[in-house]
Amino acid sequence: MYSAVISLITIFGVIIAALSVSAGLIWLERRLLALWQDRYGPNRVGPFGLLQVLADMIKILSKEDWVPPFADAAVFVVAPAAIIVPVLLTFAIITYAPGIAVADLNIGLLFFLAMSSLAVYGVVLAGWASDSKYSLLGSMRAAAQMLSYEVFMSLSLMGVVMLAGSFDLKNIVEAQKGLWYVVPQFSGMLIFLTAGIAETRRLPFDLPEAEGELVAGFHAEYSGMKFALFFVEEYLGITLISVLICVLFFGGWQGPLLPPLAWLAIKTLFFICFFILLRATFPRPRYDQLMSFGWKVMLPLALLNLVVTGGIVLATR
Amino acid sequence: MDVTFYISAAVAVVATLAVITRYNAVHALLYLIVSLLAVSLIFFILGAPFAAALEAIIYAGAIMVLFIFVIMILNLGPQAARVERIWLKPRTWLGPAALALILAGELIYILISGGEQEPKAGTAVVGANEVGIALFGPYLLGVELASLLLLAGLVGAYHLGRRSGSEGSDSPGSGRPNGEKV
Repeated sequence: MYSAVISLITIFGVIIAALSVSAGLIWLERRLLALWQDRYGPNRVGPFGLLQVLADMIKILSKEDWVPPFADAAVFVVAPAAIIVPVLLTFAIITYAPGIAVADLNIGLLFFLAMSSLAVYGVVLAGWASDSKYSLLGSMRAAAQMLSYEVFMSLSLMGVVMLAGSFDLKNIVEAQKGLWYVVPQFSGMLIFLTAGIAETRRLPFDLPEAEGELVAGFHAEYSGMKFALFFVEEYLGITLISVLICVLFFGGWQGPLLPPLAWLAIKTLFFICFFILLRATFPRPRYDQLMSFGWKVMLPLALLNLVVTGGIVLATR
Repeated sequence: MDVTFYISAAVAVVATLAVITRYNAVHALLYLIVSLLAVSLIFFILGAPFAAALEAIIYAGAIMVLFIFVIMILNLGPQAARVERIWLKPRTWLGPAALALILAGELIYILISGGEQEPKAGTAVVGANEVGIALFGPYLLGVELASLLLLAGLVGAYHLGRRSGSEGSDSPGSGRPNGEKV
């Protein structure tokens, strides 16, 4: 009974935390972007403009929920759910602090990879069901981009798996007690970070929704709460990749003095800000540049990292 | 555990039936994805988490995305669904239904006669370690043969994807020229 209550609290705590962090990120991103671009950003509603998110939420909830008559209605409605469920599910396998995890899965990392490959469907189906050329172009770009970058995303993580000898995120964090994996796996971290940006379709890799050329890409036809789901999913994705980078490469909850959860939160916030800084800094590459960068630079690098790590692990064991 | 098994098995069967009976190709593929995920869950319940993860990553996550990708590029509209409807006459069902009935009969026979002696599934969990040791131990030859096959496929794909005559950067992932900005 007691353990059931604890696990219920953990489940709802994780979901509420993930959703509210990603809602707060909307405000954070706008403020930080404004700061780096020498403007103010939203600063009228509430203290520091913090209630801007709430105002936006009320606005978006009161908008008309419209399904275009030419769209494939069933798939059109399912797509926003299909995009957000895999991301939310992945939050279940992360160990946030000793004892705080929804599911302590022994194939945790593989589960993350499976969910990230399922996340492609939401984007692809949204674009296809909208039956508009901009959406279709956006979702075809998304499918090619996410499939290609997924290949070396999983390869880049195998170095960590070899060092820790486990797919379990809890064991991976505990194996980093002496040395964070960012030191032996620095190239792996860089590759995972790049792939993570591409998987969340953030600038500079936001070609699926490139507003300059594709209106809004795969979600051009969406409005109201369905659009909001795409919006929140993007921030959930950022949060997820940031948490995973901390857990896999930066020692997770480990750190002196402060409680474990605080350490994870601080590290995660750092990477979230880094993601936003990237958006403020980089221009968008051309589509073929993106693809050849993935296949010709990142994939060989990931393979090299795998071979070298494997050799060292084999030699020292 | 038994209940979860039966639920996911039922989902798999219903979804697979829907795959065959849908007229819209993309809807059929979506049901196929559901069916694959249900099978993945069955693997997990039976104590093969690694196989379950691979089923989700490779089949549901990679191969089916490519299927959907191709169907999307073909851009089959409502007229394709109409054509399907004309093709799928009740008479077409006779042959496959008869074959499936034979299989079903065999399955029922095995379940009734030999079901008791079989060792109960799900007694041991086969983790990623065991699978890896088995693959690169006794089954090394199989792994190497599969990698040869994949290499041949890779070389073929590279040859087909290469654009003849142009010096532009071509990548295996994008067969399309970049110029088509709308």
